[in-house]
Amino acid sequence: MKKKDVPQDKSNLESVSFRELCYAVDENGEYVTANSTGWNPKTIALNNAIQEINERIKKAKTNVLNNQTSPIEYYMEVHKMDLSILASYVGMWKWRVKRHFKPSVFEKLNTKILNKYATVFDISIAQLQNIQSN
Amino acid sequence: MKIDFTHNQSAHCENGVVSNLLKHNGHDISEPMVFGIGSGLFFVYIPFLKVNYAPAISFRPMPGFIFKRFSKRLKIKVKRYKFRDEKKAQLALDAELKNNNPVGLQVGVYNLTYFPDEYRFHFNAHNMVVYGKKDNTYLISDPVMEKVTTLTEKELEKVRFAKGAFAPKGHMYYPINYPEKLDLEKAIKKGIKSTCRDMLAPVPIVGVKGIRKVAKLIRKWPVKLGTKKANHYLGQIVRMQEEIGTGGGGFRFIYGAFLEEASVILSNPKLKELSHEITQIGDLWRDFALDASRIYKNRSSEVDGYNKVADKLVIIADKEENFFKKLKKAI
Repeated sequence: MKKKDVPQDKSNLESVSFRELCYAVDENGEYVTANSTGWNPKTIALNNAIQEINERIKKAKTNVLNNQTSPIEYYMEVHKMDLSILASYVGMWKWRVKRHFKPSVFEKLNTKILNKYATVFDISIAQLQNIQSN
Repeated sequence: MKIDFTHNQSAHCENGVVSNLLKHNGHDISEPMVFGIGSGLFFVYIPFLKVNYAPAISFRPMPGFIFKRFSKRLKIKVKRYKFRDEKKAQLALDAELKNNNPVGLQVGVYNLTYFPDEYRFHFNAHNMVVYGKKDNTYLISDPVMEKVTTLTEKELEKVRFAKGAFAPKGHMYYPINYPEKLDLEKAIKKGIKSTCRDMLAPVPIVGVKGIRKVAKLIRKWPVKLGTKKANHYLGQIVRMQEEIGTGGGGFRFIYGAFLEEASVILSNPKLKELSHEITQIGDLWRDFALDASRIYKNRSSEVDGYNKVADKLVIIADKEENFFKKLKKAI
C-alpha cells in the first residue's frame, strides 16, 4: 500500500474522532506509518455484522413476546453474547443457562439467580422480567 | 500520581504495549520489530471454533504468543500476575504505579467505554498500559488510540475481569530484567525462521495450505449455505484481515516494515527486496477484501463472484508459498 493510497473513507470511527494507524510505503519505497479514518470494504463488513446482530435481537424479542423463550436470551443478544460467554459471566454451566431460556423455568427462578443475570446485564430485576419495561 | 510515559500509537495492541514499555525502559524497539521477532504473521482456519457465528479465521497466533516469543528470543524477563480477587488486583496495580512502574494489562474490549459502540465485541485479548492514577481515575495508554485516555476504577475493574474465551483474570505484566545487550540479530533470524515454518507447515488448516483450504470452501459456500450465510462468513474474513490491529492487509504491511528494518540490522539487502514483495502481496489481500465487500454489499448470489474471490486467494497462496521459501533461504 502506498502512503497516498491509505484510505480516508467515512467510518464509524468518526463518532469518537479517532484514526487508526496503518503501515504504508512512501515515494522512496520506505515504510512509514499513516493514519486512516476508515476504509469502505471494512465498514461494510462491520455494518453487515451489526445488522446481523440487530436481526438476532429482533427475533429474540418476538420470541419472548410469543412466550417461546425467556428474556434472558433477548438480553444475551442485546449484549452481543452467545451462550458460552453468558454462562461464564453468570458462573453457571451452559446447559443451566439454556434451561433458563424456557419461559416456564424462567418464571420459577428465585431472586438470587435473577439477580445474577440482572447484574451481568446491568438492569433491574423488573427490567429482566419484562423486556418492554424500559 | 502520573508516570512520565510516552504514548506512541501502534496498529496492533500487543506489539504496541511491548514496544511502548520497552521504549520507556530505554530500549528503542519499534512495533514491526516486536511483531517480526515474535513471529506475529500467521494464518489459521479453525472450522470447529465459531466466532460471531462464523468459522474462526485468524491472521495472527494466539493472544499473548507474540510477546512470549519476543521476550524469550531477546532473553527479557517478564513478570506476570493473574488475580482471582478484584480488590487485590487493584491494590497490586496501585502499588506498581506508586513505584513509578507503568504496567501492561490484558483487558476485554466489550466494556471499554472509549471505543465506538460498533467495535465493542466480546474480545478479551486487548492490551493497554496504565501509567498513573488521579483520584479514582486511571491514566491509560491504549496503543491503538491516537491519544491517551482514562478509565474510572470501576470501569477498569470491569474490563480486567471480563469473562468468556481468553478471560484476562486481571492479567498484569511488565518487563523486569534485560540482558546486558539485546541480541537483535539472532532474535530476528529466529523470528523469521519460525514464521516461515508456520506459513509453510504441512497442516491443511495452517499457513499457505490454510489459505488454499479457505479458497476451496468459499467456492462452496453460496450453494451449501445460501447467500446470507455465505456473505456473513466472507464478511468475517475481511474483518479479521482488516479490522483495527492488523495495520492493513492481514498484517502483511507490518511485516514488510519489519523486513525493511531487519535488512538494515542484518545488512542483508535481500530482505529489503522481500519487503517489497510482501508489500505487493499485502496489496493483493486488499484487492481481495475490496472484491469480497462488493459481493456482500450487493447481496448478489452469483456463484461467479465467489469463484472470482476464491481465485484471488489461490493466487495469494501461491505467491506467499514462493515468498516464504525465498525468505527461508535469505537468512
